[in-house]
Amino acid sequence: MSESSTADITAEQVAHLAHLARIDLTPEELQRLTGELAQIVHAVEKVTEVATSDIPATSHPVALHNVFRPDVVGATLSTEAALAGAPEHDGSRFKVSAILGEEQ
Amino acid sequence: MNELTRMPASEQARLLADREVSARELTAAHLDRIAAVDEQVHAFLHVNERALEVAESIDARRAAGEAVGELAGVPVAIKDVLCTSDMPTTAASRILEGWVPPYDATVVSRLREAGLVPLGKTNMDEFAMGSSTEHSAYGPTRNPWDLERIPGGSGGGSSAAVAAFEAAIALGSDTGGSIRQPAAVTGTVGMKPTYGGVSRYGAIALASSLDQVGPVSRTVLDSAMLHDIIGGHDPRDSTSLTDQWPSFTEAARAGARAEAFKGLRVGVVKQLSGGEGFQAGVTQRFEAALTAMSDAGAEIVEVDAPNFEYAIAAYYLILPAEASSNLAKFDSVRFGLRVTPEGGGTVEDVMSATRAAGFGDEVKRRVILGTYALSAGYYDAYYGSAQKVRTLIQRDFDAAFRQADVLVSPSAPTTAFKLGERVDDPLAMYLNDLTTIPANLAGVPGIALPIGLAPEDGLPVGIQFMAPQRADARLYEVGAALESLLEQAWGHTLISQAPDLSLGEMLAATEGAV
Repeated sequence: MSESSTADITAEQVAHLAHLARIDLTPEELQRLTGELAQIVHAVEKVTEVATSDIPATSHPVALHNVFRPDVVGATLSTEAALAGAPEHDGSRFKVSAILGEEQ
Repeated sequence: MNELTRMPASEQARLLADREVSARELTAAHLDRIAAVDEQVHAFLHVNERALEVAESIDARRAAGEAVGELAGVPVAIKDVLCTSDMPTTAASRILEGWVPPYDATVVSRLREAGLVPLGKTNMDEFAMGSSTEHSAYGPTRNPWDLERIPGGSGGGSSAAVAAFEAAIALGSDTGGSIRQPAAVTGTVGMKPTYGGVSRYGAIALASSLDQVGPVSRTVLDSAMLHDIIGGHDPRDSTSLTDQWPSFTEAARAGARAEAFKGLRVGVVKQLSGGEGFQAGVTQRFEAALTAMSDAGAEIVEVDAPNFEYAIAAYYLILPAEASSNLAKFDSVRFGLRVTPEGGGTVEDVMSATRAAGFGDEVKRRVILGTYALSAGYYDAYYGSAQKVRTLIQRDFDAAFRQADVLVSPSAPTTAFKLGERVDDPLAMYLNDLTTIPANLAGVPGIALPIGLAPEDGLPVGIQFMAPQRADARLYEVGAALESLLEQAWGHTLISQAPDLSLGEMLAATEGAV
């Protein structure tokens, strides 16, 4: 990996991204990912060489427009089926720990 | 090895229709084969305990004179990225360990309706992120040609299962080559259909604008037959095409019979067919295949696709961006793993601890990369530019298809590499999909099939054909034509040269006994 590219991404930035992505990283992971991300970002930056302003973006490989279905109730999962894979539930709802922390 | 397991699905189907063999016998033969070799190969994450029961019900329907589908009673392996209501579906991730979905993927429902017998769920790179299956949370799959080597990825479980004769046919999914690259390194066949040709409903999404489910097999005809079953419009997938598709089975049969190469313009994509990173034996076999097609009447032309050079870069922005969004659903609330940090915490703390424990290194890397690419201030430069490259690649395809009826390249730049060789070097791993990624970015179909063994290592080499969007049938016709041309020249199928793993095991057992 080149020295110049590693300067582009800092450990603080990766820590922030990991927080946004809701993934706790160990200090070792943080250090390794900082180096790897810098290397990968350096490689993918190549796209900017040809992406000039006159070229339209493509978000979908086969253009489709306004896919609708009739507004009628179809088959849906029962509450029981929807909850079957949940780590915790009370029989009718998913259960989670506190939504807000003390600082909020 | 039981001869039944060595037959293609089309032959198995014929024996079933003629009542020469029952679905139960056929399924039992495959379960025996799995029991004999899967400890070494590790193609399966889960084997269906009810497979024999399902097979018996097909036999009963047939005995009662019920009209059943052509492949009814034929066992099939299913990549673990596809939801099955009767088997765990983990996408090879710890975060979904033991999860049994409350519904079937549409492709799985269609297999069941057609009377196929689900054998089990096949191994893969976690959430289909990888090219070797080494990123499976449950340990890698091994290549049946050489157990020290990778079977490709992400669908290495499906490719190894068919190459090791554990199943004649399997389902895969292909986001940047996950059906075609494993086919290349295991001497098997795999097809990525036109985007929207096969439903994605119930396929655990990696990158929604690139993912496509498709067939894996040992013969072109078998892939075509499986594609006929799983393909077609599904109102549950809003990106599913409403086209009426021709019979792919007919296309494959026509290709094997007729002189499909007479006057066919075969375009060799300059950017995908040699140079740095291409193994000598791959290039040699590829050129031999071109010569064979040319001798059969094809017109070989070189086509230039200058923007393909940017395909990997665009792919590794679009894929992580879409994946970071798709994988947000693994939040420890509705399904899968929950890890509570010591001393408790808010739902966000639980989520972060769960994702730390439940995701492997490659998943973390790509989710964080995708989060970066979508961040304010970087979005236009990275994600926006990648989407423009996608336009340029589509234009290159359009220009190429004005010069050629089909495009060709090797399906992977190298033969199977050794386990562990590239797992610590993400960029080297990403280069495995050099030849397959452009088709996903443009939504065009691509088929991979074997064209021989590389002289330097005796391992399989594959060729990839690509056609314009919606011209999937052309690939089955041309693929079957090349397959039959090569097999006539060799006097045998390529897969017949794969080592018989059960023999090795028998010898080992004998030695152990002495």
